[in-house]
Amino acid sequence: MPFIEIKNLRYEYYQPGCEDESSPAIKDVSLSIEKGSFVAICGINGSGKSTLAKSINGLLVPTSGKVFVDGMDTADDSNIWDIRSRVAMVFQNPDNQIVSSIVEDDVAFGPENLGIDPAEIRRRVDDALTQVGMYKHRNKGAHMLSGGQKQRIAIAGAVAMRPECIVFDEPTAMLDPKGREKIMKIIRQLNSEGITTILITHFMSEACQADRLIVMKEGQVYSDCTPMEFYSDGELVKGAGLELPPVIELRERIRQHGVDIPSTVTDENTLIEFVEKYR
Amino acid sequence: MAIEVKDLQYTYSPGLPGETKALDGVSFNIDDGSICGIIGHTGSGKSTLLQALDGLIKPSDGEIIIDGISLTDKETSLVDVRKRVGIVFQYPEYQLFEETVAKDVSFGPSNLGLEGDELEAAVRSSIELVGLDYERIKDKSPFELSGGQKRRVAIAGVIAMNPGILILDEPTAGLDPTAHKEILSMVKRIHETRNIIIVFVSHNMGDVADMCDKVLVMNEGRIILDGTPRYVFGQKDVLDEIGLGVTPAAEIVGRIRERIPEIDSDVLSMEEAAASLAEFIKRKRS
Repeated sequence: MPFIEIKNLRYEYYQPGCEDESSPAIKDVSLSIEKGSFVAICGINGSGKSTLAKSINGLLVPTSGKVFVDGMDTADDSNIWDIRSRVAMVFQNPDNQIVSSIVEDDVAFGPENLGIDPAEIRRRVDDALTQVGMYKHRNKGAHMLSGGQKQRIAIAGAVAMRPECIVFDEPTAMLDPKGREKIMKIIRQLNSEGITTILITHFMSEACQADRLIVMKEGQVYSDCTPMEFYSDGELVKGAGLELPPVIELRERIRQHGVDIPSTVTDENTLIEFVEKYR
Repeated sequence: MAIEVKDLQYTYSPGLPGETKALDGVSFNIDDGSICGIIGHTGSGKSTLLQALDGLIKPSDGEIIIDGISLTDKETSLVDVRKRVGIVFQYPEYQLFEETVAKDVSFGPSNLGLEGDELEAAVRSSIELVGLDYERIKDKSPFELSGGQKRRVAIAGVIAMNPGILILDEPTAGLDPTAHKEILSMVKRIHETRNIIIVFVSHNMGDVADMCDKVLVMNEGRIILDGTPRYVFGQKDVLDEIGLGVTPAAEIVGRIRERIPEIDSDVLSMEEAAASLAEFIKRKRS
């Protein structure tokens, strides 16, 4: 049985006073996610990717269809604590997620709510802060930290709950390139330790680090394959309204200059090999 | 209108344990009608510089002259400065507060004394300039718009004050690729229509090379490079050293040149890279 199973999910936001906004955020999505996998979700704004993410840990309950986490139905109220202790979420803006003024208090918030023994909480908080490289900042005020550091605290808060799965909803959108790299390193590390990882992102370089890429468009799954398969198909990428990877864009432009460059050129190495033939 | 900055210094918490020198002898000029990019890491002093340009902070030393007015002169009224300089902060959509889009965009110009038809005309033209339909959107609540639309409304609120200098601090941060492109073409449109100075802060080297005619590179409170995109992005070693890198096209071509040095090194955009590689292949083939 897959860890997450979504069957014919439909979700409509009720918007008071906006009768014309009745088109559902998610129309009909069915997919399953295996334990331990690293799945990226891409798509332009309004494609339904955040709605999909929030449906996974029961923040949103399907309008119709079913979402199962580890076999538990998210629509069943009695499951909600079990589901949220298995699936944690990290949002785009850490300021929306940090609740305490001191770093270690904030990280302890999740496990405290799970009713865990204080000595165990201490251990988990220390472990989680070490994992994100923020242990030495444990006694600082959260407001004294940079955006990237705050995001690492938010991740530590999720990690301290020892979830089986973490859903990251554009965790690096507000960070600079260096901060983004650090967060991605932590995400890869967590996944290699067995945490099922779902990463929503606009950055192709981040999506390419996943094993599988689900692209959403207009509330439906537009494509579901490996990042390599998706990004090497220029037409597919354009159809989703996404940006082409630099090498693919270059390949398409070289073609427009009348050079017959094969579709097997998908990354820097294959491009270099191709050009070298003419040396 | 032009910007002249001479030997600017700024220190946060002077004399306290957290003392930090954010600007350390910054000097540069920006000519009338220029789009000037500023790149640099978080903590390089970009935000401090932007705030100084709008008179939000007073530099400890040095001079800023905008349109012949010295910002650093005690006699200068800040209203005169802010009429000339419009600043759009990161995530400007968080600044929206009014009941309707039209009221929100009116806030700035009405504070500068505009009213009646004149005010409405300023609001209408700015909303249209950012690419929104004035009649359809003016009575909507800004909070029911999409992220990209909200951001454009916030930018309209600044350009409605008709500034001669528009500062945009990472205007595309957090947007999806489609909205990203829309914001860039909006910036170009504002520049063409109003012919004003635009100061464009970004982490995206491709965008900076594509949009700007001048680039300033900041590191540890100093300007370490100042010139055209072609000059600045030609200094790969300097940029690599501070961890900034060049444009994606130059990056790829640089890697190919390690193997085939005869390929043209002077490329900035994808189109130039494609033209150069296609030319090389065709020449070798014949």
